[in-house]
Amino acid sequence: MSFDSFGEFLAMGGHGFYVWWSYLLTVAVVGFVLIWPLWRRRRFLAEQRGRLRRADALGQQAEVESNAPEA
Amino acid sequence: MKYIPDGLRRLWHRMGSPRWFYETTGSWVPWLAASAALLLGVGTVWGLAYAPPDYLQGDSFRIIYIHVPAAYLAQAGYMLMAVCGVVLLVWRMKLADMVMATVAPVGAAFTFLALATGSIWGKPTWGTYWIWDARITSVLILLFLYLGIMGLRRAIERPEAAGRACAILAIVGVINIPIIKYSVDWWMTLHQPATFSVTSAPAMPPVMWIPLLLNVLGFNLLFAVSVIQGTRTEVLLRERRTRWVTDLCRQERA
Amino acid sequence: MRASPGSEASLWVLFRGQLRRDLKLAFGQPSELANPLAFFVVVITLFPLGVSPEPGVLAGMAPGVLWIAALLATLLGLEALFRRDRDDGTLEQMVLRAQPLYLPVVARMLAHWMVTGLPLTLLAPVLGGMLNLAPEARLPLMLGLALGTPVLVLLGGVGAALTVGLRTGGVLLALLVLPLFVPVLILGVSAAELAGSGLDPTGPLLWLAAGTSFAITTVPFAIAAALRIGVETG
Repeated sequence: MSFDSFGEFLAMGGHGFYVWWSYLLTVAVVGFVLIWPLWRRRRFLAEQRGRLRRADALGQQAEVESNAPEA
Repeated sequence: MKYIPDGLRRLWHRMGSPRWFYETTGSWVPWLAASAALLLGVGTVWGLAYAPPDYLQGDSFRIIYIHVPAAYLAQAGYMLMAVCGVVLLVWRMKLADMVMATVAPVGAAFTFLALATGSIWGKPTWGTYWIWDARITSVLILLFLYLGIMGLRRAIERPEAAGRACAILAIVGVINIPIIKYSVDWWMTLHQPATFSVTSAPAMPPVMWIPLLLNVLGFNLLFAVSVIQGTRTEVLLRERRTRWVTDLCRQERA
Repeated sequence: MRASPGSEASLWVLFRGQLRRDLKLAFGQPSELANPLAFFVVVITLFPLGVSPEPGVLAGMAPGVLWIAALLATLLGLEALFRRDRDDGTLEQMVLRAQPLYLPVVARMLAHWMVTGLPLTLLAPVLGGMLNLAPEARLPLMLGLALGTPVLVLLGGVGAALTVGLRTGGVLLALLVLPLFVPVLILGVSAAELAGSGLDPTGPLLWLAAGTSFAITTVPFAIAAALRIGVETG
């Protein structure tokens, strides 16, 4: 342990402001990078479900290419 | 191609299928995320609380444990985009384009993080938030290159054309990165303001560099989690008219 | 004797024909020709007004100012580089022709350089004199521009080809190509600065020459590929 007390740990030898801001920013960016694809996926699924439900309610076939190429 | 073993070739062709990617990688994510959390947890706590302070910079050097991984991923992300670009242009593999589209914002985010943490670190070290140091300047230009690619993709409506255009731009950019880096370094030797030289610190003891290594590995896994998740979403979006995606949506509803 | 497509003679004919056509078109519209030059002069006039008319201050920043103005003037002409060809279908013909796209692209870039980069290079010492540029720096500045502007035009050509069909072309084009211009700017400015302070400018000039050769051999392939995308998928 490089620090004697929790207060000293927070103070970071007088550089606490810089160190903690950097780490806070990192948490924010990493959080964004992890959550953003999940949020996009969720929005897509919600949209798609709505579209399918409407198509089903109308008794129509949803607009699908049954044998779409995959390569 | 005849020298490549059959198994490898089959794997390559399968990898070209977005559906295969979606179905295979789903189970990887929790493991990758858990390993990332473990590595980052140990590395960060070690780096913040247990590593000894630097003899010159004191405790502000602890920013290194996030700054270096971010700067590394900023460059690695661009390389990955360029590799995907080559794969897209040569083999027309759609999956490569989806990865490329996903990497751009993630790489840009890490480039921004590298710049921001570097700038915050600069204040206690150099006495100012911004300095036209060679490395900072190169990373700033890297951020512009990322923004250019993202802008180009947004501007072109047809996804197929957008992917190939971005691939060309990424390849031109990746050839230019070492040239830019070299010229900026050389420019600095002409305009050296002379006061700072963080690099001249003696080699780090293991108690300082092991947590750095852990964090670099952890950030790598984190990057992988983000890119895999993003690509999976991209696969769904682009294949939304295919049967398997609509089936998947119906299943999720039930 | 009639040359078969792909033979050396036919490629040369193609190159010359393209170059002649492009130059004729450029000189057919003198205003488009003069605009980047006028822009170059106006931007340079702004610096003494905005920063300082002090001869010492101007001399110090002259190489940088001249180069940045040249960079922006090059950028200005890029947007129109392939637009007309695209609008009248010439681009499609170029892409679909049996011969490689490399040569017509080089011819097009050469023509564009002759109407933008070359006049800028020739005009630079005059404006340098107005900015109190050291007399020793005049020749390295010109050489730097002569070697550097082709690279700017070629890299800019990639950006122009990638954005050719887009409505939001202009600003995006600047964002795409300006970061790529950085090495040329650094090398060109330092050649002039070194000479201005009595040092040998050969080093950066040789690097610029290397960059120019590399760009001429490789970049037209990227431009050709970018043009193909627009035609094949658009």
